[in-house]
Formats: sequence, structure tokens, C-alpha cells
Amino acid sequence: MSNLLLFPIIIPLIIAAALMLFPNKIKMQRLIALLGALLTLISSVFLLFKVYNDGIQVVTLGSWPAPFGISMVSDLFSSLLVVTTSLIVLFVVLYSFPTIGIKREQSFYYPAVLFLMTGVNGAFTTGDIFNLFVFVEVLLMASYTLIVHGGERQQLRESIKYLLVNIISSALFVAAVAFLYSVTGTLNMADLAVKIPQIENTGILTVIAVLFLVVFGFKAAIFPLYFWLPASYHAPPMPILALFGALLTKVGVYAIMRTYTLFFTMNTGFTHELLAIIAILTILAGCVGALAYFDVKKIIIYNIIIAVGVILFGVSQLNEAGVQGSILYLIHDMMIKAALFFLVGIVAVIFGTSNLRKMGGLMKTYPVLGWTYLVAAFGLAGIPPLSGFPGKLLIVQGGFEGPQFWGSIVILATSLIVLLSAVRIFIYAFWGEPVETKPLKKPAYNAMLFPSMILVAVTVFFGVGAELFMPFVSGAAEVLLNPSLYIEAVFKE
Amino acid sequence: MEIIMSVVIGFLFMAAVYLMLSKSLIRIIIGTGLLSHGAHLLLLTMGGLGGESPPVVADGVSVSDYADPLPQALILTAIVISFAVTSFFLVVAYRAYQELGTDNMELLKGTEDHE
Repeated sequence: MSNLLLFPIIIPLIIAAALMLFPNKIKMQRLIALLGALLTLISSVFLLFKVYNDGIQVVTLGSWPAPFGISMVSDLFSSLLVVTTSLIVLFVVLYSFPTIGIKREQSFYYPAVLFLMTGVNGAFTTGDIFNLFVFVEVLLMASYTLIVHGGERQQLRESIKYLLVNIISSALFVAAVAFLYSVTGTLNMADLAVKIPQIENTGILTVIAVLFLVVFGFKAAIFPLYFWLPASYHAPPMPILALFGALLTKVGVYAIMRTYTLFFTMNTGFTHELLAIIAILTILAGCVGALAYFDVKKIIIYNIIIAVGVILFGVSQLNEAGVQGSILYLIHDMMIKAALFFLVGIVAVIFGTSNLRKMGGLMKTYPVLGWTYLVAAFGLAGIPPLSGFPGKLLIVQGGFEGPQFWGSIVILATSLIVLLSAVRIFIYAFWGEPVETKPLKKPAYNAMLFPSMILVAVTVFFGVGAELFMPFVSGAAEVLLNPSLYIEAVFKE
Repeated sequence: MEIIMSVVIGFLFMAAVYLMLSKSLIRIIIGTGLLSHGAHLLLLTMGGLGGESPPVVADGVSVSDYADPLPQALILTAIVISFAVTSFFLVVAYRAYQELGTDNMELLKGTEDHE
């Protein structure tokens, strides 16, 4: 038993709490927040290698034996996501320095970011379904703070809707947990995976599985529950948007992936086919939005929805290629979305608007920004050898091996729409007649470009060096496909 | 007892949905409060209402005479969370009312650009 897996949860928590003591010392706030994110990243990388070398890590809090105490479980899948989360928070903190503004920095911005990180890392690590609810509430509470942070008109207007949708989905979460508890008598995920196959009446479990799909679907923004996402995400400033776009929906996706591979597998003919159909509809709905809007933020926001559909389609096939592809694509998507939001954030700052029609001709004045954006856009669309390619390839392969081969065809076709929507920003903003731009000081521009370029470089490395990451990804997929490995690890403690 | 509780929970959910469908923001917030009350009672009821049996297993107490203490621990957590979220929601609603000058959700439809 090693406590290492608690570090990525506890470090940001303690540092965020400490940061709240001196909100006005901005230099200290920045330094300590950066240090906290860095420490979390280092500990999560240690954890990843520990899990890779020694197998699944489990801590049962309070040393109660497994089904009674709260288990924290770190397998390769969750530790990979914890590493990605820590990496993204590090870059978001770096990107916040020049963009978020002193007023916000003085009002507990960095503590809120770190509390969000606590919640996300906790949700990825926990092995107890009620504890998942608690960690989701922790990250939601931080996200409520961030979405309304600054109190601008549009932020207040949209945060009401965001709050309302999430409160309703939390109440449904409690109700779903109640039903699950009454049927199985346990909340420990490993114990659920043992008990659920023993229950003969699978009808009620199917209903509960679909109820959980609705609950997590609100968070993951699947069709038709994505309606709240575009308007809400449009309101907050860019670093917060990058943080939300990269992390928040992915918690919902992770929860669906975990529950639908570990224990809701009693009636895959219905639940997983439903998941596949919803995933494809999510992709199509996202494509419509990505093409319909002339707002750079909106275009990337709708691309979040498309990616959620692609990832969930891979999971719904429940075969090796599909699940491996989903894991690869999930990690790729978290990084590339943050990078794209960073880059369009710079573009929006330069033009002083996020409306594409009022942009143009940036290639002459900001060539580095243009090329970096183009690489990121190609990565998003999955052009080989960039980072979207290996994940999408495996998902499509999984679809052709699985029962819903038509889904793979839709994914291939919509890749072109994704490419079009991302390149459209490039064409409008970087080509054409130069438009008058806002003056931007060189140091501020460099401070914004630096984290964006590094993050794009990381995604390129993730794509080109996908072979290096494959042992981790295939190990993660193995645990997802063989719940017995997960169960044994939890009950061994 | 479980039947009565089920009816109460159903009524709470019904009232919550009715309130949340109204236009006034303050009614919607009261609706979310009722919704979480319904969910908490559901959690308590689904764990089984133990009646007079104690929540500890002592010598001579069979498992059938044992009240499950876990649902109470769960709803305690859930109540604290929903209390915090509701109070935060009220503050945000008040700030939004000051800033936007209305609490009518009908007027807050769509986004700012669509006006």
C-alpha cells in the first residue's frame, strides 16, 4: 500500500488553501500556483511509472477493508489522465499570467484553478461511486467560481444556466446512486463489478445504467444533453475556457468509460448500442454547430462535442482496438483542445473580437502564430503523423471489427468536417486582406505564445511518438476490458 | 412506511419540476432545493428504513434486524453539498439580478448576441 496516488489530489488542495491566505500578493500567487501545478505533475508522473511497473495501486482510506472503506484506485487509465490533467493545468496557469488580468488574479483565481484540479484528479482516481459524486461536486464548485469569476454581464447570465443544469444533474446522480445501492447493496466499484453479474434481474440494472448515462451525459455533453455547453463555455475568459474545454467534459467521458466497461456490462446489446448511436448523433450535432458559427470560440467549443462523440463510440465497441483508440484520443483531445483555445485566444486578443468575419491577413504580421495554429488544426483533424491520427485510426478499426461499422464511416466522413471547421479559422484569420489589429506588446504576445507552442509541441510529440506511449495505453485498455484485474487489485489490499 | 416515503418523494420531484419550469429565477432555485430534498429522501428510503433496529451488529443481533447506517452517512454528505450549492446559487442569482435587472428567465433566453 502506497500513498503516492493521493499526492496529485492533496498537493493542489493544500496549495490552493494556502494561496487563499494572501490574495493581493500577485507575484507570490503566480509563483506558488505554478510550483503547485509542477509538483502535482511530477508526483503524477512518478505515480504513472509506479503503476506501470508494479501494477494497479490501491489505497483504502481509514484502512477499512475493501468493500466497506472508500477505495482510491489508480490503474494505468486513471493515472494517464491524471498526468494529462496536471500537464494542462500547468500550461493554463502559465497562459493565465498575461491574459487573465490583475483584478481576477487578486480574487482567488489561482486557488479556484487548483481546487478544480483537486476535483478532476480525485474523480479520475476514486474507486467508489459515491466518492465520485463528491469529487465531481468539488470540481463543479470550483467551476462555478471560475465561470462567474469577474462578474461580467454575459458571465452572470450564462452561469445561472450552467449552475441550474449541473444542480439538476447532481440531484439525478444522487437518485441514480440510491437506486444502484438498493439493488446491489454496495457502492465500491470493484464490489459492484462482482455483485452485478450475480443479479439475475438485469432489466432494472439496465434502467440504472441508462440513468447513469444521462447523469454523466450532462457532464460529458452528449446528444441531446449538450444544449447548455456552447453558450456557457462562451462566457468566461480564454484561460478558463481552455481549462473547462480540456478537463470538465472529460470527467463525464471518463465516468461513462469506467462504468460502462467495469460493471454495466450485463446487457451490452442494448446499453452499448444505445451508447454507440448517441455517440454518432453527438458527432453529427457537433459538426452542424462547428460549421454554422462564425465565432472562433464557438467553432472550437463545438469541436469538443464532436470529440466526445468520437471517444464514446470507441468505448461502445468494447473491443481492444476501440478502447485503446478511445484512451489515446481522449488524451490527445484534452491537450489539443487546450492548445487550440490558447491559440484562438491570442487571435481574439489581436483582433479584439472573436468574430471571424472581422478578421484577416494575420499571416504577414504573426507568421509563427499562423503556422503553430495550422499544426494544431491538422492535429485536431487527425492528419498523420499528428496526435489525432493514431487514436482515430484505432477507433475506426474498432468500429469495423465491432457491430456498428456504419459508425466508423460517419467518423471518417466527419473528420473532413472537423478539418474544414478548423482550417476555416486559418483561412479567415490568417489569409486575406489585413484588417486593423489592436496593438499588442511583444512581451505579452510572447508570454501567450510560449505555453501554446510548447503544448502544441507536446501534442506533436504525442502523435509522432505514439509508439512510445502504446505500452501504457494497451495496459490501460487491458484493465478496462478485463474487470477481473481491477477487482483483484482492489480486494488484495 | 416505504410506500408513504415513495409517495412523498414523488410529490417532491413533481413540485420541483413544476417550480423549475416557471419563469421566475427564485422559484427555480426553490425548485432545485426541493429536487435535492427528494433525491436525499430517495437515498434514505432506498437503503431500507430499518424501523427500530439498531445500526450496530452486536452479539445476538441477526443481520435482518440491522439498520443500515450507510445511507445516513451518504445523505449527510449530499445535504451539505446541496446546502452549499444552493446558497451559492442564491448569491449568483442576486448578483445577476443587480447586473441584468431582471429575474425573468424568458428574457435571459439565448445569448447576448441574439438580442
